[in-house]
Amino acid sequence: MTDIADSSTSVDTAAVAADELGEHRSLRTDVWRQFRKHKGAIFGLVVLTLIVLAVFVGSFIRPYDATQLEPEVRNQGASWAHPAGTDNLGRDVLAQALQGGRISLSVGFAAMIVGNLIGVFIGLFAGFVRRLDGPLMRLTDVFLALPILPLLLISVLFFREPVTDVFGENLGIFVLVVLIIGATSWMGTARVVRSDVLGLREEEFVIAAHSVGTRTGGILSRHILPNVMSSIIVASALGVASAILTESAISFLGLGFPQDLPTWGKLLSDGNDFMQINIWRTIVPGAFISLTVLSVNFIGDGLRDALDPRLRGKA
Amino acid sequence: MLRYTIRRFFFAIPLLIVISLILFTITELAPGDPAGALQLTIPDEVRQAYRASLGLDGPFIERWLRWVRAIFWYEPQNAIEQIGNFCIGDCIQDSDRIISFSSRSPAVDTIYDRLPKTLWVMTPSLILGILIAVPIGIYSAYRQYSAFDNVGSFVSLIGWSMPVYWSGLLLIFLFSVKLGWFPSRYDATHEVSWTSLSSLGTQIRNIALPVTVLTFFNAAAFSRFTRASVLDNLSLDYVRTARSKGLSEFLVVNRHVLRNSMLPVVTLIALSAAGIFSGAILTETVFAINGTGSLLVQALFQADFPMLLTLTFFFAVMRVLFNIIADILYGMLDPRIRYD
Repeated sequence: MTDIADSSTSVDTAAVAADELGEHRSLRTDVWRQFRKHKGAIFGLVVLTLIVLAVFVGSFIRPYDATQLEPEVRNQGASWAHPAGTDNLGRDVLAQALQGGRISLSVGFAAMIVGNLIGVFIGLFAGFVRRLDGPLMRLTDVFLALPILPLLLISVLFFREPVTDVFGENLGIFVLVVLIIGATSWMGTARVVRSDVLGLREEEFVIAAHSVGTRTGGILSRHILPNVMSSIIVASALGVASAILTESAISFLGLGFPQDLPTWGKLLSDGNDFMQINIWRTIVPGAFISLTVLSVNFIGDGLRDALDPRLRGKA
Repeated sequence: MLRYTIRRFFFAIPLLIVISLILFTITELAPGDPAGALQLTIPDEVRQAYRASLGLDGPFIERWLRWVRAIFWYEPQNAIEQIGNFCIGDCIQDSDRIISFSSRSPAVDTIYDRLPKTLWVMTPSLILGILIAVPIGIYSAYRQYSAFDNVGSFVSLIGWSMPVYWSGLLLIFLFSVKLGWFPSRYDATHEVSWTSLSSLGTQIRNIALPVTVLTFFNAAAFSRFTRASVLDNLSLDYVRTARSKGLSEFLVVNRHVLRNSMLPVVTLIALSAAGIFSGAILTETVFAINGTGSLLVQALFQADFPMLLTLTFFFAVMRVLFNIIADILYGMLDPRIRYD
């Protein structure tokens, strides 16, 4: 921690010097300076980094394979060898949670990317192309009126076979869950992006770009998109959090990944019946879900404050 | 305002028809055929007759139109007939209605039976959530960055991040398994009688854990929203004007700021009220409450398409309805917004 404190003071003096010289200070350093002031956001960043490291690196270091059956040590409570005990087949619960996290996190990020791509695309066109605004926003309204969770469950259950036939059992269910979560979570992003674009469209720099003959594609990519980026980044953070929660909910109801590839939600529902024997089977996966979502939400809060030019530079 | 209200309800009908088409298409695309489970020795014409009896004959559009007719015409008519205890023309027969594959009885009747269980859990948690969240949100915003605000924001973010199926399981472990204060499963056979104290007491013990879990979740969401909304208002000119008139801080916050900042909160609450019905899926699974949410899960695993369609359509109707209510409330509360 002293390192960070030291570097921050040196940055501060450098910034003061830079101000006196009238030197350029990039947006990125500005945002980072503001972000650092948000204690929760830093907490979130640290916790999320730890979880990602534990899940993607730690699960290879731990001596237990998540699928290794050891019936002689089944249903054990917490011990030094098994910090979270073992399940009814003698598998190490912590190893399972770490391995399950790889899928939960990947699904969360992938679904967010799919959802945001759709949302940004629809938002940009609705905001920029006047003729498309009405139809695209009606489409958004229809999607907002749909009961999302029931639809997700129905689609995951009934389209499982056709999709797994094409992509194979595990990859197929991954693709299916990601696509379905993405396809039902783009509405918020689309609305935010559209309202940003509607405001930007009338700005002088956009009109100027028009007048010098910049093509629509160029205006969108060079002038509009960078200005809606901050909204998109904040929406992404919230998107990851809700995608992880949604995937856990699907798995918790037993409709997600297959038995041999358990995610956090599936582990939770499996541990449900063994609550009285080993409560860690409930605590550990749930704590992983909650901590991940909490830290992502904190990061989202911090990013929102840091990217808001009205707040930046204050406090 | 009346014209606007009527127009909104009028426009909701095409929206609901589009939604019904989407839902119908999804179940249509899904593989699986209830007649596929019949024995192979059964002759083809019997198989066809069986499919026809389930309403599975005819082309897609025809079946969809039949379903639309049943849900938009026959079911409401039946509801009116049941309430008024009379017949409009020829009485609606059960065969005209949407019949569940698995129970072979009208799907709407089953939903109607299950609805009270869901409402018993969801309504108190919504009301308690509002009662807890709004004062906390206001005070947090008023004392921004104070210890109260920091703790409150942290706790509400935790509540917002904890899935209800985890907090529910933890509460079950603590209060049912360890302490034995509350039942771990909802007693579905318990008949609530409003006149008997012991019956009400049993019911309150029944719903205590799920209501706690959901209240925490709702309060977390509402207080975050209230805080943000009050913060937006506190820095506006009219607040300074009110203060400079010499109004007490109490009046400034609780009359001027509160009224203005409650506008978006009312909308959020109306929208959450719509989520009552479909959002109960996870809570009802954890606590084994036999409401609409667990009915959906049950219908899913039985591939009971008519029930699934009717139930999801019912959820959609609720969302559309509460959306309209939210917009109308907004117009009524804020004179700047008049939709006419």
